[in-house]
Amino acid sequence: MINITNLHKSYKMGANSLHVLKGINFDVAEGELVSIMGSSGSGKSTLLNILGMLDEADEGSYMLDGVPIKGLSEKQAAKYRNKFLGFIFQSFNLISYKSALDNVALPLYYQGLARGERMDRAMSYLEKVGLAKWSGHLPNELSGGQKQRVAIARALASDPKVLLADEPTGALDTKTSYEVMDLIQKINDEGRTILVVTHENDIAQMTKRIVNLKDGLIIEDSPVSQVRALDHV
Amino acid sequence: MFDLDRWDEIFETIRKNKLRTFLTGLSVASGIFILVILLGIGEGMRNGIAREFEQDASNLMLVYPGMTSKEYKGLNPGRRIQFKNEDYDQILRLYGDKLDKSASLYQQWGQVLTYGKESGSYQVYGSFPSYQVLENNTLTTGRFINISDLDNSEKNMVIGQRIKLDLFKDEDPIGKYVQVSGVNFKIVGVYTDPGGEREESRAIIPITTAQKAFGGGNDIARMYLTLKPEDNFDKSVAASTQFTAELDQFLKERHTVAPDDNSAIYVNNSLENAKRFFTLMDMIKLFFWGVGVCTIIAGVVGVSNIMLIIVKERTREIGVRKALGAQPLSIIGMVLHESIFVTAIAGFLGLIFSLALLEFVGPMIETQYIYNPTVNFTVAINTVFILVIAGALAGFFPAWRAARIKPIVALRDE
Repeated sequence: MINITNLHKSYKMGANSLHVLKGINFDVAEGELVSIMGSSGSGKSTLLNILGMLDEADEGSYMLDGVPIKGLSEKQAAKYRNKFLGFIFQSFNLISYKSALDNVALPLYYQGLARGERMDRAMSYLEKVGLAKWSGHLPNELSGGQKQRVAIARALASDPKVLLADEPTGALDTKTSYEVMDLIQKINDEGRTILVVTHENDIAQMTKRIVNLKDGLIIEDSPVSQVRALDHV
Repeated sequence: MFDLDRWDEIFETIRKNKLRTFLTGLSVASGIFILVILLGIGEGMRNGIAREFEQDASNLMLVYPGMTSKEYKGLNPGRRIQFKNEDYDQILRLYGDKLDKSASLYQQWGQVLTYGKESGSYQVYGSFPSYQVLENNTLTTGRFINISDLDNSEKNMVIGQRIKLDLFKDEDPIGKYVQVSGVNFKIVGVYTDPGGEREESRAIIPITTAQKAFGGGNDIARMYLTLKPEDNFDKSVAASTQFTAELDQFLKERHTVAPDDNSAIYVNNSLENAKRFFTLMDMIKLFFWGVGVCTIIAGVVGVSNIMLIIVKERTREIGVRKALGAQPLSIIGMVLHESIFVTAIAGFLGLIFSLALLEFVGPMIETQYIYNPTVNFTVAINTVFILVIAGALAGFFPAWRAARIKPIVALRDE
């Protein structure tokens, strides 16, 4: 699903440049649940941004589902993001003045779906994350866990190839974190490819494979025996 | 534009920020309001001045002599110029085909008019029948002096309303005799003048009679001339200006006045004065336009400013939208649409309010210099165009900025 070879990225900080990714080689097959770990500054967020087409690499190649991601126009990038990727953020990033349902329907709006179909689909995803009853509520009327579930429903709404989660449990307490991870595991069970950036070991243990980053290089890439989140809820 | 969801979005953001939207709209609405009111007042002033000039025969030329100020052909400066009947006759011979109406005038200051026990000091003018039209006099009773009065040097007299009231009180003056320096004049008519009391304190007699009765020989004090009317105002002004120059030259030559001596002969062209006033008015109108447009620009800058703040505030949201697949064009559309919507609605409100004000309050304004302030339809339409363009301009830069925000930067924005 994802093929990355010799990826480099550096940021210009005034006169000197900061080399963040120093040659990453990394493949993800369909249906994998991978966690990317590393201390802050290890380059894990940068890697995720490049994977999410929010940022572009300086060097190296990136193939997503067989499509080379290189030198895209803003318009193309937007189209690919909508088609291939679903984002889950640490701070949820729901649009505050839109109801849960409208938030979930937003990617479908950008796909150009008709209003009725959009709402039906959004509703079915809200049901899937167990928040059908909350569809009319604004984000600030929801708890942190509920917000993240709305965000997951939104990420799923456009039926993307890959889900990218950036510290999805970073703003949640342990119990809620596990609930969210349980949901992520269930989505993965259905065969969807998911990448999770985290620095929490217990969260990483709930994925199927851990990629450890340090100073812009992968120092460890090993499968783990998955811990089911449900056992800890 | 007709995307229902886009409208939905806009109404959502507006609902969420009522005060901000209201204040933004207010700045645009007041800009338009001020523009329209200023234009209305400008038009009103123009109407007012036009009405002022309607009172006199506005193409009237007044020709009167002065004193030379330059030595010329051996003649000393300080020579007083005196017009004679021959000057007037010669002008009629030379320019008669261009002239519409004309009159020459012999003037006596401070003549005592006596009727019975009543008497008073008034100006006595000797003139022609056409004097009536040239001075815009209206008869209240009797007739004006006529050509046979002139031919026969009749001692007939037309008096102003003021003299009638002073000497005759309620009596009917027609047919009565008034004595002026030992000569009896028969009153044949009474006139009023829109110029007021000062112009109604005059007695008009035939110029032939006046020159004989007061020992004036063939002196005349001044001449009144009007040109035949042209198709439009500008042509009239051009013709009149040209004629003024010709006449000036002719009289200077005739009286041996240096061509550059401007104090010996005066040709006062009221049409030129009117033209000057109208030019001034056009300048004032232009100035009002300028002020109005600047006000709108200030409003537009205000909207632009607010939209920039909105974009700044929504940076994160824009980032999220981009991450979810929003294309740059749709972000531009979103911001632009909102700003055009707000400016258009606010502008129309300002337009409607100001037009209503002009419509209902305008006719009530009754001062000398503002009359019937209105704004014509073309101007209103232009204003609407300005508005829509302004809204687009106000939204464009913020929208462009919004579209250029990198999603990764936007998402990092706290």
